[in-house]
Amino acid sequence: MELIVSTTVAVLTAGGVYLLLRLRTFPVILGLALLSYAVNVFLFASGRLAIDQSPILSPYGEASYTDPLPQALVLTAIVISFGMTAVLVMIGLGAFLEADTDRIDIGPEDSDADAEKDTQD
Amino acid sequence: MHWIILPVILPALLAPLIGFVMRHDITLARTASVAGTVVLLAIAVGLTALAADGVTHVYRLGAWPAPFGIVMVLDRLSALMVLLTGTLALIVLIHAIATGWDARGRHFHALFQFQLMGICGAFLTGDVFNLFVFFEVLLIASYGLMIHSGGRDRMRAGLQYVVMNLAGSTLFLFALGTLYASTGTLNIADLAARVPEIPAEEAALVRVAAILLMIVFAVKAALFPVQFWLPATYANAPAPVAALFAIMTKGGAYAILRVHTTAFGPGVPGTEGLAGAWLFPAAVVTIAVGAFGVLGARRLMPLISFSVVGSMGTLLVAVAAFSATGTSAALYYMIHSTFAAACLFLVADLIVTRRSADVLSAAPPTVQNGLFAALFFAAAIGMAGMPPLSGFLGKLLVLDALRDPGLIGWAWTAILAGSLLTIVGFARAGSTLFWKSTAVPVLVTDEAAAPDSPPNTDATLAQVVPTVAALAALAGLAVFAGPVSAYLEDTSAQLFDRAGYVAAVLGDDKEG
Repeated sequence: MELIVSTTVAVLTAGGVYLLLRLRTFPVILGLALLSYAVNVFLFASGRLAIDQSPILSPYGEASYTDPLPQALVLTAIVISFGMTAVLVMIGLGAFLEADTDRIDIGPEDSDADAEKDTQD
Repeated sequence: MHWIILPVILPALLAPLIGFVMRHDITLARTASVAGTVVLLAIAVGLTALAADGVTHVYRLGAWPAPFGIVMVLDRLSALMVLLTGTLALIVLIHAIATGWDARGRHFHALFQFQLMGICGAFLTGDVFNLFVFFEVLLIASYGLMIHSGGRDRMRAGLQYVVMNLAGSTLFLFALGTLYASTGTLNIADLAARVPEIPAEEAALVRVAAILLMIVFAVKAALFPVQFWLPATYANAPAPVAALFAIMTKGGAYAILRVHTTAFGPGVPGTEGLAGAWLFPAAVVTIAVGAFGVLGARRLMPLISFSVVGSMGTLLVAVAAFSATGTSAALYYMIHSTFAAACLFLVADLIVTRRSADVLSAAPPTVQNGLFAALFFAAAIGMAGMPPLSGFLGKLLVLDALRDPGLIGWAWTAILAGSLLTIVGFARAGSTLFWKSTAVPVLVTDEAAAPDSPPNTDATLAQVVPTVAALAALAGLAVFAGPVSAYLEDTSAQLFDRAGYVAAVLGDDKEG
């Protein structure tokens, strides 16, 4: 169980970071999505791993329950990252339509060319 | 005692109203936005008066007891930050309305109010997870403001800014998960009570969480090596928005102060000295990056952005001492650098919109060249830290606080050399913009013929007043340096009184 969860988090994070470093809009969005999946699973694990247990204290049982707080945190994190991904897609689309390129990084040749152009103006 | 939550509730209610009801009527939206900001400022003044008695006021949402429910905490530091936010917001808002920036795209005022909600919430919350939530609120509003009115460069810089901050938010969540796994709580007061109980040899996970949190706050505060987003963002944002963003970097510094002093601060066996040991060298390099950036910038807006980076370095050098004197010096410098940065961006906006580009080259002088030159000169004096404005006193206080043998060499060299380079950079920019430009003849016929030439008209009174107000704040800060720094000493004493904070938040007294 621990091995599966930790491997999943590791693979998702590694994939997310790799895609993030591609510096193109679409891979970066996918990379951020992978990273947010990784962090959601990670947050779950931060309340200790427990299987088949309800997040509330049972009135009869031996007080065995899973921590409810990480679940609330994960829910908040999912909502926020979902909204942010939507915003990012829209801004990425806007930037692509304006600039005709999907590169995230603004290279030195870009700004130099701009400065040259401005000087000539 | 519901006052403490009002700086969050008021913009939160006003923003959707402006966004949905008043979106077709710019006059109505402007009126509502200004009225809301004035009321916010009044509330902030009231809260500052409330906090001035030195008691840590706690507001428990839903009257849930502290470690289980959500708490808002008002002490002198949070009150000061909210007051700073309110003042800056009013100045920036008037400028944005007077120059017409708010009408160049949609939903400026709604986003502006959401931004204020996030900033005030981040300053008032007593819980690290809510700090994350409020950071997200202010960030998502800032994404909208950043790309307000669009344009190729602005969209690309905005995309970069969003990606950078989303990666930062993910790191924030990893830090929170680690912290919760190792301590079982995310309430700052509860952390302050529990972290010291962890023996040093078992605190490895807490140390990891502390450093991860510091990296996240460093991204917000534009600290080396994660400062690289700031120049591109601020230089391409609409100038009034960049002026408002001056408080956002301070939010990162505030979070470092709050979390790393209260929860991981002095006297905690597991994490003592950890934050300072990493923060100090990073802040010194940040000063250098800012100074060289100012010297090397080829445009006005990046130049000012790099001077903001440099001022964040100076601020965080003082924070890194994690001592009461260092913190009160840092707070004084924080107030100063917020207004100085905002003032510079507002002046730059007045100048750049009257020139064909913001590139630093001699071009036909704008109208009111003398007025703009004087305003820029005064703001640059404030930013570079020369007398008579408050930057000089701020840097003096910072230098005075950093007299420990281990710190003095690096800190004094960095701050003094950085100030010199900043002065040279600003002097060069000012002389190019205002002196050499007077030698360039004005081509009247060309300007009249070109339909898209910038409006070379006199600045109205309302356009100049916000800049002058920011300058007046700097002058006032210098004149009343005595009372202000006395108050800030009380503020930092309260911040370092960790037992008092824990007792107030976790105690049984039901104020809310």
